[in-house]
Amino acid sequence: MAKKKGVQKSEVRSQKSEVNFLPCSPASPASPSPHLPISPSPPPLSLLPTITVWAIALLVTATFAWIVGDIIWHGAGTISWEFLTTAPKNSGREGGIAPILVATGLILGVCLAVSLPLGIGTAILLAEFTPTDSWFGRLVRRSLDVLAGVPSIVFGLFGNVFFARTLGLGFSILSGGLTLACMVLPILIRSAEEGLRAVPNDYRLAAASLGLSRTTTLWQLLLPAAVPGLLVGLVLGIGRAMAETAALIFTSGYVDRMPQSLFDSGRALSIHIFDLSMNVSGGDTNAYGSALVLVVLLLLINGTAAQIADRWLHKF
Amino acid sequence: MKTSLNSTPSVRPCTPTPSHHQETFIQTERLSLRYGCKTAFCDVNLSIPVGCITALVGPSGCGKSSFLCCLNRLTDLIPCCQVSGKVRLGKLDILNPKIDPIALRRRVSLISQKPNPFPLSIWQNIALPLKEHGLRNREEIDRIVEQSLRDVGLWDEVKDRLKDSALALSGGQQQRLCIARALALKPEALLLDEPCSALDPISSSVVEDLIVSLKHHYTLLIVTHNLAQARRIADYVACFWVKDDSGQLIECGSAEQVFADPQSPITAAYVNGIRG
Ligand SMILES: Nc1ncnc2c1ncn2[C@@H]1O[C@H](COP(=O)(O)OP(=O)(O)OP(=O)(O)O)[C@@H](O)[C@H]1O
Ligand SMILES: [Mg+2]
Repeated sequence: MAKKKGVQKSEVRSQKSEVNFLPCSPASPASPSPHLPISPSPPPLSLLPTITVWAIALLVTATFAWIVGDIIWHGAGTISWEFLTTAPKNSGREGGIAPILVATGLILGVCLAVSLPLGIGTAILLAEFTPTDSWFGRLVRRSLDVLAGVPSIVFGLFGNVFFARTLGLGFSILSGGLTLACMVLPILIRSAEEGLRAVPNDYRLAAASLGLSRTTTLWQLLLPAAVPGLLVGLVLGIGRAMAETAALIFTSGYVDRMPQSLFDSGRALSIHIFDLSMNVSGGDTNAYGSALVLVVLLLLINGTAAQIADRWLHKF
Repeated sequence: MKTSLNSTPSVRPCTPTPSHHQETFIQTERLSLRYGCKTAFCDVNLSIPVGCITALVGPSGCGKSSFLCCLNRLTDLIPCCQVSGKVRLGKLDILNPKIDPIALRRRVSLISQKPNPFPLSIWQNIALPLKEHGLRNREEIDRIVEQSLRDVGLWDEVKDRLKDSALALSGGQQQRLCIARALALKPEALLLDEPCSALDPISSSVVEDLIVSLKHHYTLLIVTHNLAQARRIADYVACFWVKDDSGQLIECGSAEQVFADPQSPITAAYVNGIRG
């Protein structure tokens, strides 16, 4: 078969040899083809990594879809304008989640208002004003990594002792927000720092050689360039704060009335879900409804952040 | 501020002005630079004359870029980089930690080997440093932006997209934008690190003409691997070489002298294209 082809080809070539630019030697029919045969399908063993990767990806996506699907399936019927705007009745079996949404928003607000400036400031200090290998930088970084891994219940106990009792804030939205701020700070600082470090050093050199001050360099060049990194940290932080239950039980409390001030106790969404499904018989429907609201909120925040990061990256 | 060459009789700087009296803009005395334990160059004594083009030539890795960085203290930003010796700018020793590096860098501007525009619009790239140095009038800024872009031959290429990202420009356009950005600040001296290495022959000659036209208003120090270019535009030439694992200044003098009658055999071989 191969021999025949070679012979045919060499005949074709010799026929129109006047138009050939390249000197091509006619394939000798005796010598074997120098090219390795290309088999139509790769050997089965090399498919294994591909299959594994695909299987894992499918598994992850399927799990996510299942959870979300389940929540939507059970919770979609409950969701209505009523549900979002009325107070819970009968320990939450009936009625809506308005005060809980407000309390969640307030707790998150307190948490971010404290942790964002503190976190970004610390990140700037670590990334721009401390050498990478100084003992101070290493100490702070190591402590943050340990802190990021501390279980939330421990933060809850700490918040209860320190904010609620020592500072006398009691069970309040303020205590809860501050405790959450302590929890998300390590995440915020580390990702903001990574974001700043990822900014090419060329910008700093160029700015310095044009006589820009460090403040201008930071505000006009480094922070804008680090925004996508900051957003990643922010989303992770908000995710952790919104999902938090254990730490809030000890600090912001259970009360499901509409909070009047930051010193009032307030029930966060995650606690409401926990309470309805564990402590209130017949509360499952509303628990699913609240869970759906929580998931949708998180997805919205995630999506918005991704959108902003994307816009930002394409701006320049 | 300007001192004559003879002000420091203790060290004998390599004087590129044998014939007539010429004011010195910046002068180094036994300047050495180390990165950790690697010496980039050592004991460089060199005077850069005012209002002239001095070309720095030499093989790759002999410390030319590092030398430029010392002259406006950009070395401050490089970790584990130690500089010793003296750099005199007028009566000041600019390596003195009390000197304000920002004020110094306004007087002595460096354009780096790799184009490094900011991730901002073309307009902002030039306007940001101007604003930083106190210019607030929008029309004045617009005028300077246009003028400096014209100077580097970039205006016609970008005038319709001043608001677009500077990172979308080609490498050569970015390099010219960086030169424009430095020119807009009107420094006293420009340190150009291979300004034409990323450019095509046409924009390269635009930049070359620009450099020549700047000569009377600015002091220029230009690193180049293009000896023909050095021959065409330089008034003075300093040749660096790697000796004993560190860069050294092996020869300097007026361009005619270095190219026609080099003192060192290494320079002779280098400028005649035999080595390097
Ligand atoms: N940031 C740095 N850290 C450590 N070593 C460096 C650094 N920058 C340069 N060096 C070393 O210092 C020496 C001189 O480098 P430099 O960049 O000054 O050379 P150059 O003459 O500009 O070369 P080229 O012509 O290729 O640009 C080189 O051996 C280089 O490896
Ligand atoms: Mg260089």
